Amino acid sequence: MDAKGYGVLRWKFIGVIFFFSLIPVLALGSFIHAQFSHTYEEKVTSNLRIMIENKRAAVDMFLQERIAQVRNLAYTHTLSEMGDQAFLSSLFGTIRHGSASFIDLGVIGSNGRHVAYAGPYELGGANYSDEDWFHQVMLKGVYVSDVFMGFRNYPHFIIAVLRREGDTNWILRATIDSEVFHSLVQSVQLGRRGDAFLVNGEGLLQTPSRFGRPTLERCTLPVQGINELTIMHLPGGERQELAGVVPLRTLDWKLVISEDPSEEMSPLLTVQSIALSLVLGGVVVIFVGAFLTTRAIVAKVERADREKAAADMNLMQSSKLAALGKMAAGIAHEVNNPLTLIREAAGWITDLLTDEEPESMKHFEEIEEAARDIDRHVERAKTVTHRMLGFARRMEPVQENVDVGALVEGTISFLANEAMHRNIIIQREYAPDLPLINTDATQVQQVVLNLLENAIDAVNRDGNITVRTGADQQGVFFSVQDNGPGIEPGLLSKIFDPFFSTKKVGEGTGLGLSITYGIVERLGGRILAESEPGQGATFTVHLPAA
Amino acid sequence: MKNLHMLLVDDETEFLSLVTRRMARRGVEVTSAESGEQALELLENEEFDVVVLDVRMPGMDGIETLRRIKARHPGTEVVLLTGHADTSSAYTGMQLGAFDYMIKPVAFDELFAKIRDAALVSGRA
Repeated sequence: MDAKGYGVLRWKFIGVIFFFSLIPVLALGSFIHAQFSHTYEEKVTSNLRIMIENKRAAVDMFLQERIAQVRNLAYTHTLSEMGDQAFLSSLFGTIRHGSASFIDLGVIGSNGRHVAYAGPYELGGANYSDEDWFHQVMLKGVYVSDVFMGFRNYPHFIIAVLRREGDTNWILRATIDSEVFHSLVQSVQLGRRGDAFLVNGEGLLQTPSRFGRPTLERCTLPVQGINELTIMHLPGGERQELAGVVPLRTLDWKLVISEDPSEEMSPLLTVQSIALSLVLGGVVVIFVGAFLTTRAIVAKVERADREKAAADMNLMQSSKLAALGKMAAGIAHEVNNPLTLIREAAGWITDLLTDEEPESMKHFEEIEEAARDIDRHVERAKTVTHRMLGFARRMEPVQENVDVGALVEGTISFLANEAMHRNIIIQREYAPDLPLINTDATQVQQVVLNLLENAIDAVNRDGNITVRTGADQQGVFFSVQDNGPGIEPGLLSKIFDPFFSTKKVGEGTGLGLSITYGIVERLGGRILAESEPGQGATFTVHLPAA
Repeated sequence: MKNLHMLLVDDETEFLSLVTRRMARRGVEVTSAESGEQALELLENEEFDVVVLDVRMPGMDGIETLRRIKARHPGTEVVLLTGHADTSSAYTGMQLGAFDYMIKPVAFDELFAKIRDAALVSGRA
């Protein structure tokens, strides 16, 4: 797997861990949020419910008091008393003194004309016989109007009471400033965006809405048909609105109180933002945790893969070498038999020549020499086949007495052709009388082979490779020196790392020196690399004597 | 020097014929066998001063043949001819009582010297 593959693996891990860890966090977060919202909304709703009930009771009480007041006036006085303009005026003065909401007071006869009138307007001649309220009060005895502008051109409403006094009927009619409702309903603590107003049976505003329309405009809320306390959630533009509607007991009016729940719910919002930041914090923690864990896991996987690749490479190298060895052994054996016969045939010629008189044979000496040449060249061929067999011999690690000098020389012969083609001269500086050491010849041979191959690759063409052997206190050593480009000082410490390669991608596995290092370690020796950039490199292998 | 009588066992007939002729010139009487079985048969009827036995043969190999020779004719000296890689068979052969082993291709003079040594030992026995 390449670096990109490990990156993909890492993000897959992170994704899976992140996803499955996120589910419980988000589930818990949204559950808490929903529960809290629900509870808080209930609390806000019930607050509104209590407030609107209280307000309704106050409005109802006000209306009932006014009705009772007018009725008391009518029933405690006679028409003759009330019809007296001076008495009515003084009575009105007294009432206004007690309650400023009374605008005027009129006594109207059954013909619809004012008998007496006390108030700021010139209404003495008004005739109400065609007015709807006049018929209503004549029919029902008590009448409370909706707010209207009327002759006074001022929002007000009237309370009219019919008094039957023997055969005569008369009406006491009081005009009440509807402004009093306004102050009554809005005296509640409504917050910055709250509103409170009264709506009549036809949906017209009886008091001005704080932010909406003036009195007698149509109410924008759908309050028609509501006949018990109702809490409405109104989806507003940028804000939500919570509105309570309750019908009045006294009249066919409705009290509406609306408020912006976001104000009331600001503690909820605080809790929500805390919960949100906790969830976000949890997400960050999970992500960091997943990232760190995954990075460690993927690093481990990568390391394991590298080690496995190195081991595979090592195995492949040795099995390649084993296969090569088997083939070499097969060839050597096949060649050995004909070589034996050639040698024996030449020997037979030599034998037969001893029967001949040299003088009587024209080419006696040349034949004799040719037979000797055949023998000599068979000997040469024999050294080749023996070397091949030596290379093939026993791939399993063994301990045997090894002549490192002979082994190095034998290995050079494998690469002599390659070096010759590239015009590389291999110089030998062997120490005489190198002691035999107890080690594994095949493994040492591979080390020599790897170092020589590297040296040839480093020189590339036209250069020198010097191979030295020697002995020291601990055992023997051999070194391979090339005059190639050398190794940068910074890279010298990395050259034995697996997969480190200065060769182009695809040309080197980066394992050669790593394997070499491993073999030397296994043999109990050590390998040193020295290099000056531009001066080539020297690899020295020390092997213990035993 | 009395004539040596040698049994040469090798599956290569040309090798047999050449060595037979060359040995004959040096006063060694050679009987050749092309397989281990044939060699064992010959040994039943004749006595040899020395047996030269190739290890690599089809059918019964040199080691098995050596084992049987030593079982029936413990006094017969055997020189093994082995390949270079067969040091283990050489080792086994020595364990089984071979006089010596030689690595092919063998120089004729060395072989001649070796069979004379072996014959001396068997002569003493």
